[in-house]
Amino acid sequence: MNAPFSLQGTTWRDVGAFDDVPRRGARRVRVQGGDIAVFRTHDDRLFALLDRCPHRGGPLSQGIVHGHAVACPLHNLTIDLATGRPVGPDEGQGCAPPVPVRVEDGRILLACGPGANGR
Amino acid sequence: MSHPDLREPAVLKEKLVVIGNGMAGCRAVTEVIKRDPHRYEITIFGAEPRVNYDRIMLSPVLAGDKAFADIVINDAAWYRDNGIALHAGSPVLEIDREAKEVRAEGGIRAPYDRLILATGSDPIRLPLPGADLRGVVTFRDLDDVEAMLAAVRPDGRAVVIGGGLLGLEAAYGLSRRGMAATVVHLMDVLMERQLDASASYLLEKALKERGVETILSAQSEAIIGAGGAVKALKLKDGRVLECDVLVMAVGIRPNAALAKAAGLTVNRGVVVNDAMTTSDPAIVAVGECVEHRGQTYGLVAPIWEMCKALAETLTGAKGDYQGSALSTRLKVSGVDVFSAGKFSGGVGCEDIVFRDAGRGVYKRLVLEDGRVAGAVLFGEAADGAWYFDLMRSGAEISQMRETLIFGQAATEGLRGQDPSAAVAAMADDNEVCGCNGVCKGEIVRAIQNDGVTSLDGVRTRTKASASCGSCTPLVEKLLMATLGSAFKVETGPKPMCKCAPHGHEHVRRAIVDQDLRSMPAVMQALAWSTPDGCSSCRPALNYYLLCAWPGVYQDDAQSRFVNERVHANIQKDGTYSVVPRMWGGLTSAKELRAIADVVEKFSIPTVKCTGGQRIDLLGVRKEDLPGVWRDLNAAGMVSGHAYGKALRTVKTCVGTDWCRFGTQDSTGLGVKLEKHLWGSWTPAKLKLAVSGCPRNCAEATCKDIGVVCVDSGYEVHLGGAAGLHIKGTEVLGKAATEQETIEIISAVTQLYREEGWYLERVYKWMARTGLERIRGLIMDDGETRAALARRFAYAQSFSQADPWAEITDRDGGGDFAPMAVLPMEFAAE
Repeated sequence: MNAPFSLQGTTWRDVGAFDDVPRRGARRVRVQGGDIAVFRTHDDRLFALLDRCPHRGGPLSQGIVHGHAVACPLHNLTIDLATGRPVGPDEGQGCAPPVPVRVEDGRILLACGPGANGR
Repeated sequence: MSHPDLREPAVLKEKLVVIGNGMAGCRAVTEVIKRDPHRYEITIFGAEPRVNYDRIMLSPVLAGDKAFADIVINDAAWYRDNGIALHAGSPVLEIDREAKEVRAEGGIRAPYDRLILATGSDPIRLPLPGADLRGVVTFRDLDDVEAMLAAVRPDGRAVVIGGGLLGLEAAYGLSRRGMAATVVHLMDVLMERQLDASASYLLEKALKERGVETILSAQSEAIIGAGGAVKALKLKDGRVLECDVLVMAVGIRPNAALAKAAGLTVNRGVVVNDAMTTSDPAIVAVGECVEHRGQTYGLVAPIWEMCKALAETLTGAKGDYQGSALSTRLKVSGVDVFSAGKFSGGVGCEDIVFRDAGRGVYKRLVLEDGRVAGAVLFGEAADGAWYFDLMRSGAEISQMRETLIFGQAATEGLRGQDPSAAVAAMADDNEVCGCNGVCKGEIVRAIQNDGVTSLDGVRTRTKASASCGSCTPLVEKLLMATLGSAFKVETGPKPMCKCAPHGHEHVRRAIVDQDLRSMPAVMQALAWSTPDGCSSCRPALNYYLLCAWPGVYQDDAQSRFVNERVHANIQKDGTYSVVPRMWGGLTSAKELRAIADVVEKFSIPTVKCTGGQRIDLLGVRKEDLPGVWRDLNAAGMVSGHAYGKALRTVKTCVGTDWCRFGTQDSTGLGVKLEKHLWGSWTPAKLKLAVSGCPRNCAEATCKDIGVVCVDSGYEVHLGGAAGLHIKGTEVLGKAATEQETIEIISAVTQLYREEGWYLERVYKWMARTGLERIRGLIMDDGETRAALARRFAYAQSFSQADPWAEITDRDGGGDFAPMAVLPMEFAAE
């Protein structure tokens, strides 16, 4: 994946166990300045986005996860989990910035620090 | 690099010692001999007391399809002819790297110049109580197969722990030998490293047809024995599975003990570089004991590739192993399963999905950057090798994308033709509809000879596309090609969503008629084009399944809208509102006090009366929900379902208790109705009211179901609305007693539950299906009414549990809190 970030100066923080996130569901990680949503798709892939829909700020972590997308719980925009951008009729309405995430030994690691803010 | 002609027989050969007489060790030797037959004097040590055989074929031996003799790869003559000394049944005890010598059991010593480690892997044995009982076996070598066969007896039972490739083959083999076999698998997907949920569902079904039961998401707790032999397996959930033999097939672990003791670099396996050399240049390693670029392998194809690289290294060339792409086939006869590569997609991947319900076929191709990145095939896997080739060669497939999923023959036969020409080019006996076995010729004849001009006509006349509907586009193309411009594509019922062409009616009917009891079952039978549906169809399917199979279907929280998942109402700022139930709008000092306490304790910013006669607590943070519920529960209150496609409120006036005009006990009836109906899921929200007289203070005539009390009894009203649309109710009928009123309302609620489309309010359902018809069923046909009321009561027996209490009892609602709190900033702007 071509992450739209520089990962220089990044540290990876353990935020929980892979199994803590339900399949086709999400959990939140609290940080200063807003939550981060960590999603697990039907095929056990993980994605992380800033937990804020670009439309009206809805908490994406609370939406229905389908394919590699989530439906925002407030107004049902479909957000691509890989890019954080709305797809379909709402394309071009901004972006919920992605956060690099990976799994190691069953633990979820989130990229933190400069460059990992998904700007 | 070989120079056989320059070599004198008397020249002292280099000594090559091989530890491991299995598939990898012998194949490595074969590859070396092929390149340079005279270079080495070869000695092989094997732990098993027999010649080299094909471990992959142990499953057919277990099933009785092959004998041991059939699966021998290298017989005694091979060792003799190639001058190989074989020490079978002599496990190696030690490698002395200083002295360059191997020491084996029985005092055998063998000096080496080059050493091949091919020690393979060991099956993992779960450390369960009773794991050492007689009859508990793994599935790795011929001894295991013999142990299993010794336990086979008529009417015997076998349990296999592990639903991976080996476990399933073991269970199938034992079932072929006449045992009743059950596979117990920890995950919710069989062969989860190779299959997705859709393929796993089909596999489960196919295995069942072959006498193998599967239990998913099952944790083993202990093995129970009697007289030193296995008797049963006990699961964590308390179930006890009786068995005469128990097979553990839960994975393998590289056997790297010798290498480790000799001081070689070992992680999970013996670490090798691309030349297959270990940290000691004199020692190479190959097979399942190896770790290459962090990867270990348990399949045969990569091992063959390793053997070639290793043979290059040992014959003076530069071995160069680059790692292997993996593909898998399951060896269960009549069950065609193939998996390769990124079978479950990933970032930047696209899926092409094909399902044919009639033939039980599921195919999923994963594309990445216009290339095949992976595949899962079930029921029709002949093209697996072709997809695997496309994947490994990285071929650009955008030119053949349209036909790719139909396989090599279709793609290469139709390349370059436009789609309608492709249809025209189909042979008359090519099958179009797999469900009903209809060929192209039959459809064309129906159009040409029988005057059929529409899709419906084709369906009626030939049955093509009348079942799962996945061949509809093809039938339409045939109509177009045959009729030309005379054919116009019709618009059928509006599809539920983009995942499938069916309307709600068709899906609801199929769930009942075809006995579909899970979401994967529906998606397969009705040819869903996505692997896991979407946010429109999943909640609808979840409701339809729940309604059709009460007590059987397992509700899927992840297919519910957030409000029904967290049992509260999401607000614009991501906080929630909480509404406890107040039966018939009644409350008490105790309840009000508990509400006041909760408001202060959790700093709830807004408290408001709702239109449904209860109290709304707004602005509760998600992590506070379990705490709020616990306190409300403690005061005897339960969830008001103010958030659900479910029974909301039963609004009442004070009736004969207090009102000077009241004709009946409207409050009491409202409480009874709410106690009877609460907890039920409905297609859309369901609001009731009971008014004590025609002055109608409870506004019963704009509710989904209303009751207006009169002197002589109870008028039951149906189909009002006071939201987006304003609509007064229609009178459904009149009842003489409270009991009759409750039966009528139960029955009409159940009818709506069984017929309504997801998100369709009562008034729309009534308009679509007709008030007269509903009245006929409920008011004029006592038997139908009683049956509906009985079905409602049965469904209610599974749904009247307070969801708040269930969540706080289950895990304290811990997963409502963030899973971590990090001190740093991730500012997005």
